[in-house]
Amino acid sequence: MSQTQLASPQSTFHEGRLLFKASVFLLCLWVLGPLYLLLINSLSSPEAVSGFPKSFLPEMDFGSLEFFLNFYGMVDALVNSLLVATMTMLLSIAIGAPAGYALSRFDFVGKQVFRVMILLTRAFPLPLLALPLAVLFIRVGLDDSVIGLSMIHTTLALPFAVLITFSLFSGIPRELEEAAWTLGCSRLQAFRHVVLPLIIPGITASAIFAFVISWNEVFAAAVLTIENRTLTAFLLQNLDTAPLHLKFAGGFILVVPALIFIYAVRKYLFAMWGIANR
Amino acid sequence: MDTRYIPYLLILPATLFLAVFFVYPFFLVAAQAFYADGQLSLANFRDVTSYWKFPISLKNTLYLTAAVVPVQLALSLLMATMVTRMQKGRDLVLYIWTIPLGISDLAAGIVWLAIFEQSGFLNSMMVGLGVMDRPAALLSYQSPMMVFIAIALAEIWRATAIMLVIIVAGIGLIPKEYYEAGDVFGASRWQQFLRITLPMLRPSLQTALILRVILAFEVFAVVAALGGTLFPVLMGETYAYQFDLLNNSAAAAIALIILGLSLAFTLVILYALRVPKGARV
Repeated sequence: MSQTQLASPQSTFHEGRLLFKASVFLLCLWVLGPLYLLLINSLSSPEAVSGFPKSFLPEMDFGSLEFFLNFYGMVDALVNSLLVATMTMLLSIAIGAPAGYALSRFDFVGKQVFRVMILLTRAFPLPLLALPLAVLFIRVGLDDSVIGLSMIHTTLALPFAVLITFSLFSGIPRELEEAAWTLGCSRLQAFRHVVLPLIIPGITASAIFAFVISWNEVFAAAVLTIENRTLTAFLLQNLDTAPLHLKFAGGFILVVPALIFIYAVRKYLFAMWGIANR
Repeated sequence: MDTRYIPYLLILPATLFLAVFFVYPFFLVAAQAFYADGQLSLANFRDVTSYWKFPISLKNTLYLTAAVVPVQLALSLLMATMVTRMQKGRDLVLYIWTIPLGISDLAAGIVWLAIFEQSGFLNSMMVGLGVMDRPAALLSYQSPMMVFIAIALAEIWRATAIMLVIIVAGIGLIPKEYYEAGDVFGASRWQQFLRITLPMLRPSLQTALILRVILAFEVFAVVAALGGTLFPVLMGETYAYQFDLLNNSAAAAIALIILGLSLAFTLVILYALRVPKGARV
């Protein structure tokens, strides 16, 4: 009797472990499966993409991707997307990082107000801002331009840039900087030689995050660009008329950089969000 | 230089930027929406809400939010607790589960289009298994339920990761002592989850839910890729007013309605998940 009593919790433990592993596996499949199906479609010839039934293995035919790159205006759209995303990345770090540093290192009147304002921007559907700005941009000559759109995308990315750099700077002990001051460094020198080398990887991660935000944004891009479409705006505009293989190749090109970038910043994802909560 | 001015100098660019591109546009959009025929009026709102598509798109947006967000909340809580109990392969699993974080809504729509279109993978599988004789048109006006399911699945697939990341970060902030105390008093895993994890997670759940609900009201590109005009939503109507009908004032009015909804739900979530004073860590 004692034997059965000992054995049964052991076997339920084993079964539990198995169930646990199976669920982890299934959830991984849930995320990766649809991506794999997109991959099959983008690596198949245009005929196979519209054919039936579908094979569950890719043909390794680059016909669809070639068609995509030769499609009129597509390369321009790709270049525009890259330009806007790069500008957004630079702007949001240049503007956001100093604010993040100020929040982590100084106590000043109005600090709470500033923090609340930053947090508040996340409680609004920001792409809607593109509507009034579309009119405003025509007046100042920024309409349909890479700069105009990257301004809007910076508004989207800025709150994240501030909060992320705030959390990153907070992770670097103030004492390190103070030690540099006592050794005769000025504030600026201490920042350059002590804080900057420590913060560069984290800053890069949040820059990449800003890049991805801009790269993926659809609504504001579609509202603000007409001739100089970004990739997302271009695809959206052609959804009704484009052949299937163009859509899938486009989707593939949209997804690939995102995959690489999320891999590059994976270590920082949780540090970024941990402090943003409170 | 006086060190008192340094922080203000540092936050000046961000403040100016947000004033110009966040605060000012809100006044602009409000002015546009409330202004008709040269005077203050609600005419734009009347126009927009009396259009036959408005009730449908409002209903669709709310139904989609109601169908998607609870599933995402449950799924992300489940995944987060699984991650915290994992030792081997934790980093790899986390990376895989957070991949959708980098995928745009448009790309997500296209991914699920590969599955649901008529010559797509779902039909291929069904015919291959002998369940159906020939491929059916899944995303057509004859099967509104299927369109809804496809859009909901794409949304759940894409946007659960953002909640997962916030919740995993939040769980990491809960002091381990609470669980040790729970063990001492013989609380089961489930009881610990209900009595320790959930209440302690309230700030993270607030953030996650607010972000998610607002994004759900903004749903647009997934719908455009999968449903097209079959499934009108508020954000799609805004886009149609701005572009197809060239009616800026009407677009602004719908934008304000979406804004109002987002704000109302934000307040509800903040209130429902408030942490009483004195219970903060």
